[in-house]
Amino acid sequence: MMESFEALKVISRHRGRAIVVAATTAGREWGQISTNPDLDLPWIVSMGKASSVGLGLALARPETKVMVFDGDGSLVMNLGTMLTIVNMAPPNLTHFIFENRIYRTTGGQPVPNAGRFSFAALARDAGYAHVYELEELKDLENTMETIMSQGGPTFVCLKVPSITERTPFRYPPLGQTSEIISRLNAALRDP
Amino acid sequence: MTANGAQLTDARILDEIKKCGFTHVIWLPDAGSNLLYEGLGREPGITMIQVCREGEAIAIAAGLTWGGKNPLVLHQNTGFFESGDSIRGIAMGTKLPLLIILGYRGWKWGAPMTDTAGIFMEPILKAWGIQYYLVESDDEVEKISLGYKEAHETSKPVVILVGREYRP
Repeated sequence: MMESFEALKVISRHRGRAIVVAATTAGREWGQISTNPDLDLPWIVSMGKASSVGLGLALARPETKVMVFDGDGSLVMNLGTMLTIVNMAPPNLTHFIFENRIYRTTGGQPVPNAGRFSFAALARDAGYAHVYELEELKDLENTMETIMSQGGPTFVCLKVPSITERTPFRYPPLGQTSEIISRLNAALRDP
Repeated sequence: MTANGAQLTDARILDEIKKCGFTHVIWLPDAGSNLLYEGLGREPGITMIQVCREGEAIAIAAGLTWGGKNPLVLHQNTGFFESGDSIRGIAMGTKLPLLIILGYRGWKWGAPMTDTAGIFMEPILKAWGIQYYLVESDDEVEKISLGYKEAHETSKPVVILVGREYRP
């Protein structure tokens, strides 16, 4: 297992000018790590749809890498997205799953059938161009350069610990998402 | 021809959609719209994105819009109900200018409806404050351009309810 915070630090070193759509727990931690927040889209407005937004961005901006940080609980809300992504086959999209097998924010309830199926196997059968299932931080460190250099769509499942927290997640105030999108638009217009 | 003589042809509605300059059509098939999907798929300037469930469509449209493209969402009104959280959080919450064309399942051309897909449709759009237009004939397809313009002027989703099956 690798800590998601440490995994995100590794990813950040390879991020370059990729757009990052960051959902759930990884999204909250990414805000403390990202060195290019203008190209970040923290995703809280509709659970499960981070990868769909990432697909739209990847198709709109084929010259720009797009990375999605998804949770396993989020992905199972929108599993069809895997087929939609593969059907459109954007080579610039990398879909990371932080698999902790629980709904962390809501108190640690299990994701349905958690631990008894493989997201990587689902991704392989769906037809992602490249699929990785990584258990240890060193595996991610050794693989990130390859992940970022090859054409996708790429699926990366990161095994992270099941950490339960009781502190309620405080959502940003309404309207902030629009400001983030304005900032992202400006960053895409003026690289 | 339909009961009251009105007609909605796929060529006419396709022409109107093309006027709006859409770059992508995000769609999920419904039985009444097949001719339109086929026609749009033949348009060289339009990329078709087929989704597995309608809520995906709104999120993909958002990503495309924020990336500088001009998407249209096209599915049946039953899918509007399914995509409620995406419409709430993404389309309305982020002030997304988006035209959504829905096949109006249940619509009885003004007569009492028996299908809840039709009965609930307009009351829900009104409750959510979403502007909508009903298109039932070739004479009314200009509402598509009107709705598109309004979506962009107001930065809100606008819905077109298509009340008849398209004819060749």
